[in-house]
Order: sequence, then structure tokens, then C-alpha cells
Amino acid sequence: MSADRDPSWHAGVPPPRRHSRLADRLFSGWSAVIGFGLILLLLALLLELTAGGWRTFSRFGFGFLIGRNWNPVRGRESFGALPFVFGTLVTSALAVLLAVPVAVGLALLLNEVRGAIRNPLASFVDLLAAIPSVVYGLWGLFVLKPMFDRHLEPFLTSTIGKVPIVGALFQGNPNGPDLFTAGVILAIMIVPIVTAVSREVIAVVPRDLREAALAVGATRYETIRMAVLPYARSGIVGATMLGLGRALGETIAVSMVVGNRPQVGTSLFQAGATIPSWIASSFREATSVGLHRSALLALAVVLVGVALLLAFLSRLFVSRTERLVAGQGAGGAVETEMLKVT
Amino acid sequence: MRGVEVGGLSAWFGSKQVLHHVNLVAETGKVTAIIGPSGCGKSTLIRCMNRLHEEVRGARVEGKVLFDGIDLYGPGTDPVEVRRRIGMVFQRPNPFPTMSVLDNAVAGLRLGVKLSKVELRERGERALRAAGLWDEVKDRLGEPGAKLSGGQQQRLCIARALAVEPEVLLMDEPASALDPASTLRIEELIGELKDDYTVVIVTHNMQQAARVSDFTLFMLYGEVVEFAPTQKIFTRPDDQRTEDYVTGRFG
Repeated sequence: MSADRDPSWHAGVPPPRRHSRLADRLFSGWSAVIGFGLILLLLALLLELTAGGWRTFSRFGFGFLIGRNWNPVRGRESFGALPFVFGTLVTSALAVLLAVPVAVGLALLLNEVRGAIRNPLASFVDLLAAIPSVVYGLWGLFVLKPMFDRHLEPFLTSTIGKVPIVGALFQGNPNGPDLFTAGVILAIMIVPIVTAVSREVIAVVPRDLREAALAVGATRYETIRMAVLPYARSGIVGATMLGLGRALGETIAVSMVVGNRPQVGTSLFQAGATIPSWIASSFREATSVGLHRSALLALAVVLVGVALLLAFLSRLFVSRTERLVAGQGAGGAVETEMLKVT
Repeated sequence: MRGVEVGGLSAWFGSKQVLHHVNLVAETGKVTAIIGPSGCGKSTLIRCMNRLHEEVRGARVEGKVLFDGIDLYGPGTDPVEVRRRIGMVFQRPNPFPTMSVLDNAVAGLRLGVKLSKVELRERGERALRAAGLWDEVKDRLGEPGAKLSGGQQQRLCIARALAVEPEVLLMDEPASALDPASTLRIEELIGELKDDYTVVIVTHNMQQAARVSDFTLFMLYGEVVEFAPTQKIFTRPDDQRTEDYVTGRFG
């Protein structure tokens, strides 16, 4: 039935489009409510956290960020966030350092390689993401940690540990909980998300560019280096930031292997504490009257601040590389170096 | 400089056969044009001549492509080596977006053997000159390749292909995304290149084939209809379908 034979047109009945207009308006209204609601919720959360931590901030000021003591005893309270910020950054950095090369390699494998291994491997990596973090914690505590104690950590101490400067990271007694194990567990936990996102960004590299590389005689590896990775770089940075976000906030698995001892040191083989692990392990003792509770809330504010700061920095980096790709005064080191020859 | 001989070539995308037993001889130092309506398999044919077709998932090839006494699809033939000797220019200009003009020109020279910076610079200049781009870009070698105009980008891609000093140059509709002036520039360039290279060009533009080529292959539905000197194809073809196509009755 074509439109002009539709009797409703002649009868002056409003065309059915009217209804969809109404539906459109309802939908966009509802979306706006949900969208703004979420933003308000986030703001309310931040406000609530800051208000809760205010007593601590006003009493210790900037000292809260650089203080190393944590003493909740009534009357002798002293709170400093430094060991927790330190533990959080160290374990997360280690996790990213270990996970990103593996994840990018996996993403490339899943994209570039054909054959029977592809799909099972992809599902396997996704399954890793489905394992609850407490299971990772248990496994880290009872399986990974003893293995590290006996083999890996003594080995690292006796090899890289002898190198000046870097060696300082691998000193000390291998027994007992440490930052290193927490970092490794976190690395395993963030591999799936970094892999999944990297895989997406690598998949959208234009075929044009791959073929351009192949056509000048690039091998598979050279094609990846020449065409795929430069194009996907900003996306991979994004993937890394997602992984880092997850590592920063991970609580229970870290809490089980890190030792929850607030200290700052040079070695990875010593116990430490991260902000989430510390909050999780001490919130029960924090009563509403004392300063302790306020200090934990302040710690949470610091965690959110660290996460937002890192997200902001990565945005900055990504938009910078995107500008390079789009061609706004790119003068990368290689090109300028080559021009000097003239 | 050598020619390419295609014998009994069939190609598939998955289970769909797109080339049926194609024969073609691209003679040394000549320009061979492949014409035909969209979807007739001309791009697939040219992509079989440097083993690029097989890079598409599910794609498959049967038959022979002979070059310099070797079968490109023979068991011991390395596709990477093939592509170094048989260069290709694509339909859409595809310079590497993260590289400068000069880096794009020498991209292929960065592979395999390490060349010194001076040598890279020299060969980059030579390639850019051969592609007729040097005078336009010599003061902006450090700028990103993507900042050039479309026609310049395409000539940059030609320079990139020439820099590795191939013997054959395959061009897959190299001017179809360009404006008339740039198209003319590319066509002139093809005339200059054929002194040093065997050129195979796919085009949907019959006038272009008539202007630039020595031989023309007309394809329909993945099969060769007629292969003859260009003059003959456009003036007195043997096959009625060829005549219908070149006189614009279909296509």
C-alpha cells in the first residue's frame, strides 16, 4: 500500500510519524534525566567523601599527603597517606609494565594470526576477566607467593639484584607478602581488559595501510611495526589507562598478598599497603566519633584524585598523539633527525 | 626489467569464484591496461600479481603467475620477496599517516638491509623525482605525508613504490580518486615510467586505458573477453562484447 492510497491521509488522521515524534521526545527526556542523574550522583559522591574527610584535611593539611605515620589511637592520632599512595602507584605501575606488552602481543596475535588457535584463545582471555578477584587473591597467596618465595625472587635478587641502581628494587628477604606479588597478580587481572580494548583498536586499522606496508615488501612483523602499531597507538594508551584504573582500585586480591604494612622503601620484595587494601582492612575499627573514619574517607578522596589525574594525563597524551597523526606540525624525532643530513 | 605472465589463473573469495582461468602477458617495458565494468575481477587479477589477494581472509588462488623464470605461486616462492620486486599503487592514496613525506618515500627501504641516513635521503630524493613530486615537496620533506593534496599523496605512494626499485609496477585504478588535473599528471607519469618499468594498470576509465596503454585486456564476469594491442581493442575488436563496452553501450 503506497502512502497516497492510505485512507488515513484523506481522512485527516495525523500520520503515524506523530507518534514516533512523541516517542522521540520521551526517549530524549528520559535519557537526559538518566544522564544528568549520573553526573549528579558522581558529584554527590565526591562531595560526601570530601565532607567526610574534611576533618582530616583541615587538621593535617598538605601534611596528610606526605605524612608517613598512621596512628588511629585516640588522642595521639596522626595520619599520613604517603605509604598508601606509594603502594598503590608501585603495584599498579608494575602491573601495567608487566601486562601491557603481554596484552598488546595477545591482541596482535588474535588479530593478525589465522587458524584454529584464534577463537579458543580469545574466549580463554575473556574468561580470565570473569574470575572473581578473591579467587586471584587466594591463588596468589597459596600458589604464586610460595613459588615466588622459593624460586623467582631469590633468582631475581641474585641476578638483576646485582645490577647497580635497578638492583635496589630486588633486595631483601623473599619470604612474606610483598609489593611484587601484588603487582604480578594485578598484571594477570588487567590483561583481559587491556587485550580486549587493544584488539578492538587494532582491528580498525585501515586495510589500506596494512596493504601499503605489504606492497613495499614488509613482512608480517614489519607490517605491524610500520602500519598497525603507529595507527593504533593512542587506542592502546587508552586500553592501558583502563587497565591502570582497574589496578588502582583493585582491593581484595591485593589486600591478600601485599601485607598491609604501610611503609615506603626501595625494594619490591617488601610488604606494603595500597589505598584500597588499607581501607578494606581497617574500616571496621573506624568509629564515627574518632578522626580515624575521617582519615579513611580522606584516603578515598586521594585515591579518586590519583585516578582522575592519571586519566587526565592519558587524555592529554592521546590527544597529542592524535594531533600528530592528523598532521599538525608533526616533527617526530626520526624525521627531524633525517632532515639534519641535508 | 621483466614482464609478467599469468597462466590459467583462478581466484576465490571464500566459495565465490571471482576469476576464471585468466591468461595475460604483461610485456617488458610496456603498459598493459585491464579494463572492465565494476566487479569484473580486474582488481583481484592485479592483486594476484603480487600475491596481495591472499592477504584477505578466505581468499584463495590457483594457477600460475610467471615472473623472471619463477612461478609466484610456486612452493618455494616467498611473497615478501615477490612484493619487493613487483610494486603496487592503490586506488586510494594511502601514505602512512604518522610518517613525514620523506619517511613515506623511503618506508620500503627501511625494511631488511639497513641503509645509512645519507643513502636513505638520496634514494628518497631519487624516488620523489621519478614520481614527479620532488619540486613540490623538497621544502616540506619533514611534514606529514597526509598533509599533501590527494594528487600529491598518490604520487608520494608511487614514489614509495619506486624507491624499493621494483621491476614491475602494478597500479590499481591509481587516478580514480583524483581530480582531472592530478589524473593527467599521473597519466603523464605512467608514460615516463614505462621506459624503466613494466606497468600494469587497472582502470574503469576507457579513455585512460586508450591514452596510456600499449595492450589492453577486457574482462567480464571474471573472464578474459579479449586481450590485444590497445589500438585494436578500441578500433576493431574481435569480440562484439568488447565493442559494446568500449563504445559505451554498457558498463
